[in-house]
Amino acid sequence: MLLHLDDLSKIYGVDCGRCLELTGDGTGSPICPQCGSVVAVNRVSLRVEEGEIIGVVGESGSGKSTLLQLIYQDQPVSHGAVYFNGITDRSGRPQNILALPPTRIAWLRNHEMSMIYQNPHRGLNFDFSAGGNIAEKILGTGERRYQVIRERSLHFFGKIEMPQSRIDNYPETFSGGQQQRIQIAKALSSSPRLLLLDEPTTGLDVSVQARILDLIKALQQEMGFSMIVVSHDLGVINHLTDMTMVMKDGSLVEYGLTDQILEDPQHPYTQLLVSSKL
Amino acid sequence: MSRFSLTFGFFDEDAKKEIRRAMLKAVALPGYTVPFASREMPIARGWGTGGLQLTLSLITEEDCLKVIDQGCDGSVNAVNIRDFILSVTGVEETMDTRQATVIQTRHRIPEHPLQAGQILVYQVPIPEVLTAVEPDTARQKQMHANLDYAKLWVLLYEDTSQFGDSRMSSRYPVVVNDHFAMDPSPIPRYDIPRLDNNPALQLFGAGREKRIYAIPPYTRVRPLVFADRGFAVEDFGDRVCERCGAAGVFLDQLYRADGVHYYCSDSFYCDSQLDEAQNAAPSR
Repeated sequence: MLLHLDDLSKIYGVDCGRCLELTGDGTGSPICPQCGSVVAVNRVSLRVEEGEIIGVVGESGSGKSTLLQLIYQDQPVSHGAVYFNGITDRSGRPQNILALPPTRIAWLRNHEMSMIYQNPHRGLNFDFSAGGNIAEKILGTGERRYQVIRERSLHFFGKIEMPQSRIDNYPETFSGGQQQRIQIAKALSSSPRLLLLDEPTTGLDVSVQARILDLIKALQQEMGFSMIVVSHDLGVINHLTDMTMVMKDGSLVEYGLTDQILEDPQHPYTQLLVSSKL
Repeated sequence: MSRFSLTFGFFDEDAKKEIRRAMLKAVALPGYTVPFASREMPIARGWGTGGLQLTLSLITEEDCLKVIDQGCDGSVNAVNIRDFILSVTGVEETMDTRQATVIQTRHRIPEHPLQAGQILVYQVPIPEVLTAVEPDTARQKQMHANLDYAKLWVLLYEDTSQFGDSRMSSRYPVVVNDHFAMDPSPIPRYDIPRLDNNPALQLFGAGREKRIYAIPPYTRVRPLVFADRGFAVEDFGDRVCERCGAAGVFLDQLYRADGVHYYCSDSFYCDSQLDEAQNAAPSR
């Protein structure tokens, strides 16, 4: 077990105490009728094994991206716990990472997890060169030897099929698909155990999409990290993932093998989702 | 009372107390920038008001004052600041680095080694070392709290990959006491190794930015450099000061119609070298 989410919830607004039970699956809305707070993620539990690839699907506003941000600690969690393999307290029991001091959360983000955002502007620093962006992640792991950092940057820059001569160019000189690939190189340069992908190919044309998905898949097979892929594109989910979870109004409504979910959906919303595929 | 009906050192006692407390906190947390209520001064902000406020708050009747600007005792700003401090305190003035107890400086450390008991007050334009990589002050504070200086290292990485070394000629980032990264004010690289383990108390004041920070005596100060790279200071080759003949000191470049000339940046050091040469010469 690499990652364990235990009853994770995120409420935007004041929690009236009944927000969680009055919203989510079956109520038809993520907005609490009593206090008006928005429940973006409602009591989601999930286990991710080493090397496993999990897809998250659902309509816009169903809480997919928020779920990733809760795992990556971009957003504070309202309720619940997150356990990460190897993070234990003094007596060796698994420790909730939400209770960790900021320096250890920073360590976790630098060493064990990486996030790839839909918009390269969030994942890359446009004031730094492509190589500088990759170096930032490597420096975050505590490496302080220039030669090692340079060689690792060049190595991962090569992995995303970019000519090494372009490593010192700035992100705005690259195309959208190339920027996304640089994000992948940056995310993988710390050799993380968990990669979080938030709509990694949305907004790219189909041929570039396919190449980036193939690249991600090849690198995953080579390096063996686990992935959580958020996408509203069932094609992406089908291509990449082993397991799929379906979200609706902040709740997890269906979870199972990707093939099974796409071929034989059980929940009415999943049936709608699969049948609406163009 | 002096001929002016002002309190000693221009400030009222409450103002001095506030600035002294900020200084004490700065000394207790080496390299940490402490906010303070920067006062209106008779000179404009950005012209040395930070250093001036520190000097005026810590100076006593027994002190002996030296003020330099880029190493020179005689430049207009140094003279004006010194005249002002003398007019509101009546303390003794000197150009001799070895005699001074309080030295206010802009962008240089005097060539003569400082001694225990001396105080070096720097005038600082930009106190926050992270300004170059993170404009948001709240984020800067978080980065300091987490000792997250990856972005500073990225600047160093980018310069090293494109130019072979950092391009920073002054304001080179340092790490104080193996903890906080700090802006050492725009001193040249030559002065960076001289911050380390210095017997004098080094205080930094930024009047416009309202920050005070400090390096206590004998504190470890290291420039930010990669583990497999060295730190290079300015290379003057085999040039010497054309006036006093000093070698191995920080030299000013002067461009004139007949070419480039090199002189000591520290004017008192240059004078003292000439004096020594004169005294050593056989008298007739």
